[in-house]
Amino acid sequence: MVVYIDMALIEFTNRGIYCKQGNFYIDPWHPVDYAVTTHGHADHVKWGNKNYLCHELTKPILKQRYALEDNVETLPYNKEIDINGVKLSLFPAGHVIGSSQIRLEYKGEICVVSGDYKVEYDGISTAFEPVKCHTFVSESTFGLPIYTWQAQQLIFDQIISWITDNNLKGKTSILVAYSLGKAQRLIKNLAGHYPIYVHNSIANLNEGFAGAGVQLPETIRITPEIKKDELQKGIVIIPPALADGRWVKNLQQPAIGVCSGWMAVRAGRRWRSADAGFALSDHADWPGLLEAIKATEAEKVFVTHGSTAVFAKYLNEIGISAEEVTTKYGAEDDDIIGESTENTVKEEIQ
Amino acid sequence: MKRFSQLIQELELSNKTNDKIAALVSYFNEADDRDKPYVIAMFTGKKPKRPVNTSLIKQWAIELSGIPEWLFAESYSSVGDLSETIALVLPPAERNIDKPLHQWINELAQLNGKDDEAKKEYILDTWNSLNTQERFIFNKLISGNFRIGVSNKMLVNAIAKQSDEDSSKIMHSIMGKWQPDEITYLGLIEGAHVNTDNSWPYPFCLAYALETEPENLGDTTEWQAEWKWDGIRGQIVKRNDELFIWSRGEELVTDQFPELHFLKDELPNGVVLDGEILSIKDGKVQSFSTLQQRLNRKTINKSQLNDAPIGFFTYDILEFNGEDIRQEPLEKRRSTLENVIGGLVTKNIALLSPVINFKSWEQLATIRETAREINSEGIMLKKLSSTFHTGRKRGDWWKWKINPFTVDTVMIYAQKGSGRRANFFTDYTFAVRDGNKLITIAKAYSGLTDKEIKEVNSFVNKNAIEKFGPVRTVKPELVFEIAFEGIAESKRHKAGLALRFPRIARWRKDKKADEINTLDDLRQLLASTL
Repeated sequence: MVVYIDMALIEFTNRGIYCKQGNFYIDPWHPVDYAVTTHGHADHVKWGNKNYLCHELTKPILKQRYALEDNVETLPYNKEIDINGVKLSLFPAGHVIGSSQIRLEYKGEICVVSGDYKVEYDGISTAFEPVKCHTFVSESTFGLPIYTWQAQQLIFDQIISWITDNNLKGKTSILVAYSLGKAQRLIKNLAGHYPIYVHNSIANLNEGFAGAGVQLPETIRITPEIKKDELQKGIVIIPPALADGRWVKNLQQPAIGVCSGWMAVRAGRRWRSADAGFALSDHADWPGLLEAIKATEAEKVFVTHGSTAVFAKYLNEIGISAEEVTTKYGAEDDDIIGESTENTVKEEIQ
Repeated sequence: MKRFSQLIQELELSNKTNDKIAALVSYFNEADDRDKPYVIAMFTGKKPKRPVNTSLIKQWAIELSGIPEWLFAESYSSVGDLSETIALVLPPAERNIDKPLHQWINELAQLNGKDDEAKKEYILDTWNSLNTQERFIFNKLISGNFRIGVSNKMLVNAIAKQSDEDSSKIMHSIMGKWQPDEITYLGLIEGAHVNTDNSWPYPFCLAYALETEPENLGDTTEWQAEWKWDGIRGQIVKRNDELFIWSRGEELVTDQFPELHFLKDELPNGVVLDGEILSIKDGKVQSFSTLQQRLNRKTINKSQLNDAPIGFFTYDILEFNGEDIRQEPLEKRRSTLENVIGGLVTKNIALLSPVINFKSWEQLATIRETAREINSEGIMLKKLSSTFHTGRKRGDWWKWKINPFTVDTVMIYAQKGSGRRANFFTDYTFAVRDGNKLITIAKAYSGLTDKEIKEVNSFVNKNAIEKFGPVRTVKPELVFEIAFEGIAESKRHKAGLALRFPRIARWRKDKKADEINTLDDLRQLLASTL
């Protein structure tokens, strides 16, 4: 039997999640000396830290988005390093390319900070791997039992038939997806049907990934030279900030399909007033969250963002000790926050 | 049901009337003919008897999904629709069956009178056979309550387009008395039931709000001015010795107003009157809050009959001697109306809504200022040459309402909306100052743009005090100007008074919470309006 001593490996400070023993932060929202980064979305990585440690596939994202390179150390999955006596290793979180759960071990005590995650394999991000631990830090973006995703193949089939229908009717199919994550997932899974045209912010990231050895199907960067009727016959992928813009309105009969977990609920679909909503999410659904948490066998769960209060209360009721903590990750109404600081998004394409 | 399910999805995804009409037209072109009358019945609010009550349905859904009740409640508050919440929390279906819509509806109707066990078995079995979207629709069929932004007018226009028939004829037909299991789609379009049915009303003629100065309407002699009354717009139909009272909500409300039943004996046959149902006591129109005591009640007691006696102010006559006279000019209809009302033996219950004599627009503007003294909302302007057209049309009829009252308040609670706005805090409670305290004065949910809603939403998320349930108490910081139509004493409200039809006029970002109005300000206003 393990004797449990109260020596928390992490604490929640106003700069972010802090590991005292190792003297580093995980996904801090204010600048620190040493930031361990779970993944490349803007609510988890900020510019201005002295040093970064992340997965090797997150590095091209930091380079692309923040021009960070020299002060970024990388690790592959499953390789342990030592920081001031704390053993640190990365495990796949399945959220986006390079996304990692951070496993910390100190004197037999294990803590895992999962960042954002999903349990279904999306074909492009390394599949989520449950890690046993004493303390688990979880998101709860979709922490309500109303969120249960369909298998992604079913959703891609729906998207393809929507595009085919648009194509016949002379409409241009525009898919709205985050540049990092959702866009690559769509490209990977929709390839082979129609040519795929992508916005600069997506094309730039894809180039970064290619440089790091990630094989993505061929896409075409949208430039002013591309004719509107070519776009009409293909698939156009743009980030959310552009969905209401002038550029989209000027396309041939634009039909907008929003790909987001929020589309699972009618109110979400109507709020966005898209032509179609596909409940495709890079976050775990309700059964996914529960499955992931149970698999950790954690004695204590901290819920960081999303339906934190509700989810923590439920975990306690089913016998898993849980507590909500206030962080600056996520946003209750919109998971596009991670994109909104991206400069390229704000620019019109032409 | 798959075709119907597709229709619902199409209707929900667009805000554009043309898209919705196109979706309806293609549905009526393609769907099973037997389903169509049921769809029309549902969209026009003809509800069948509810076979299973809501609390049982909810209880079974909770049981089947294995989640605690509080979590179901949280889910509901996030989704904003009970049918949809149930559809989403249930475990995945084990099979899929497809039956035509009318068959589902008939099977549900057959549950009436069965015991709860039998009902439960049928409902659970069905849930287990439908996908999420179909379950949602099935749950809506149980409640019979489809609110998806299809107005009667829109539906009628779509059917008219699909069938190439006259839209007012279709409006008559679908507003009449019919049962979806007794009529065919074709019969409904042709109005086969209408001839044998005495009840049907005409579509109401509605007015736009006057946005310019009345001087721009031209010569005063071309116009008739009447008071605009604040009651229930209604039509009284007398045909073949039967009397029907319709409200503007296209509901038959005959039984609710026994005071008007004498018209069955006194009105000639073949007469349809347009007017306002009001509470009139000793010849005086009473406030809307008094009238409210009489609305939507199954039984009426003596004191209600005594305190809020009903009267009918007639505006217009649409049918006379069994003939549709809506195309005659207003001037001529008015004189017919005067004759009909003058011929009533019982006086002072069904009255002529008085015409206001005025010589100039200036004079009328002065008269309008006195509207509140007689519980009127302002003035109606109707062109003497106007026909009684269908619905809203610009030009002939204008409502020239008095300006609303306003009060500066601070937001103290926020609640998530329903429908399209379910994920946002859109329903707010406002308070005024009462000494050192804040006291609730109104709830309102309209009047902000989507962008402002997002802004308020993020304020609520950052400043909420508790975290469970649908209501958040927030820091009293945001100041809103609330517009309202009237003020009345109220024992049910903590403030001791209630505002009539409060809504957000604007967000006063320029004001701080200590600059809002006080309860005393409102009490003074109340005293001045009594």
